[in-house]
Amino acid sequence: MNHHRRIVITGIGLTSPNGNTLAEYRANLLKGVSGVVWFETRYMGKVLAGVCTYDPLKYQMKKEVRRGTRAGSISIYCCQEAVADAKLDVPALDKNRVGVYLGITEHGNVETENEIYNISQFNYDTKFWSHHHNPRTVANSPAGEVTLNMGITGPHYTIGAACAAGNAGVIQGAQMLLLDEVDVALAGGVSESIHTFGIFASFASQNALASHSDPTKASRPFDRDRNGIVCSEGGCVFVLERLDHAEARGARIYGEIVGYHMNSDASDFVLPNALRHVECMQTALKRAGIAPQDIDIVSTHATATPLGDIQECQALRTVFADCPKTHFNNTKSFIGHAMGAAGALELAGNLPAFDDGVVHPTINVDHLDPQCEVPNLVLNTPKKLPRVDYILNNSSGMLGINSVVIVKRV
Amino acid sequence: MTNEQIRQAVLQIISVIAPDEELTHVKSDVPLRDQLELDSMDFLDIVMELRKRYSVEVPEADYGQLASLDSCVTYLAPKLKDK
Repeated sequence: MNHHRRIVITGIGLTSPNGNTLAEYRANLLKGVSGVVWFETRYMGKVLAGVCTYDPLKYQMKKEVRRGTRAGSISIYCCQEAVADAKLDVPALDKNRVGVYLGITEHGNVETENEIYNISQFNYDTKFWSHHHNPRTVANSPAGEVTLNMGITGPHYTIGAACAAGNAGVIQGAQMLLLDEVDVALAGGVSESIHTFGIFASFASQNALASHSDPTKASRPFDRDRNGIVCSEGGCVFVLERLDHAEARGARIYGEIVGYHMNSDASDFVLPNALRHVECMQTALKRAGIAPQDIDIVSTHATATPLGDIQECQALRTVFADCPKTHFNNTKSFIGHAMGAAGALELAGNLPAFDDGVVHPTINVDHLDPQCEVPNLVLNTPKKLPRVDYILNNSSGMLGINSVVIVKRV
Repeated sequence: MTNEQIRQAVLQIISVIAPDEELTHVKSDVPLRDQLELDSMDFLDIVMELRKRYSVEVPEADYGQLASLDSCVTYLAPKLKDK
């Protein structure tokens, strides 16, 4: 295929509850290290959450951190790290030809809650409501903070796509490269959601919030005793380029985005729909021009809700019915559900398998739920494969939104 | 509050709003924006903090009175004399 029509990943920047670089994150995925901890949240006390430990001041002044948002800070860290990892010559870049495309599950809840709490200290007098509220809560805020920090003058926006957003950001970046709108896309997903009580309270009211005496055991997709979601913060941004652009500068290539698709369930506000999952994966495979048998690793979305995991496994069994070399894993079992960042982080955690051939496992499966049985589900310990050529990354979210990205070894 | 207390109060607010700035050498008679990286949003923060901490209202027409530390003290002294 024309190298101007092929999109490759040339840099990765991330912060995850169990790692602030790809190397640290990958090492912890292979060692079985969880990033879930007890976390103090307003009104609810201690909750289980995945919390990131990156240093905001590595790329931001204190004033930037104060004025901006946690999602913006995470975005800046990830974009800066990704650009550094890609070894892009930043001063030489045409900043008009760089785009920032970040998936988000939501944005603004944290900042709004903070302001409501703030004015509650002043008898709810709105004259104490901050003038920073609007710039902090406009939906493009996390991506816009990146452009301010890095002097990027190309397009920036966020893609609101619930928990399918990490893949959606990647897809948007790839599409903008294919349209020749930009030469470099900083694409992925971010989440700051743990900094508002609302996400925990809402999942609790839905009976979908994980509980466990040991935080590291709380996120347990596919396990018989799973009892819900562990919410996490995080971010992951990929540098995407057209292959000819990457080759011209001798860039390291992590993989090529050969297939993707997004669709809608159109069936329920919260319950997933296995049939639409199937259609989403099959359409992505068709776009990639490959068969299910070609996929070596499927990175599952499973969030450890009783019904959601079953629905996804039904879809996986349908699509990969006769695929003896296809293996399945789940990254949320380590880091919880990083919401808008989840899909991007889960893809990033698997990409090193192109080099080392190792499938990181799904941890915390003491008793596999029979309804979640999928052939070659890698449980609790990593598995070495002879070779990994294709990874399929599966994500979905509320309001029935599904996203799939397929990456090929180059 | 004494004039020196007001001066210190304003500096303390600025230290929160502009945490990267070195404030020990701020000249009292020179406009703050000529010495520090402060923009219009920062000045709104100063106004907000005066409201929160000291119940002082600074109408928009008076923002210019907060240009320097000296002018802050002159402007705020009558408003803070009983604080």
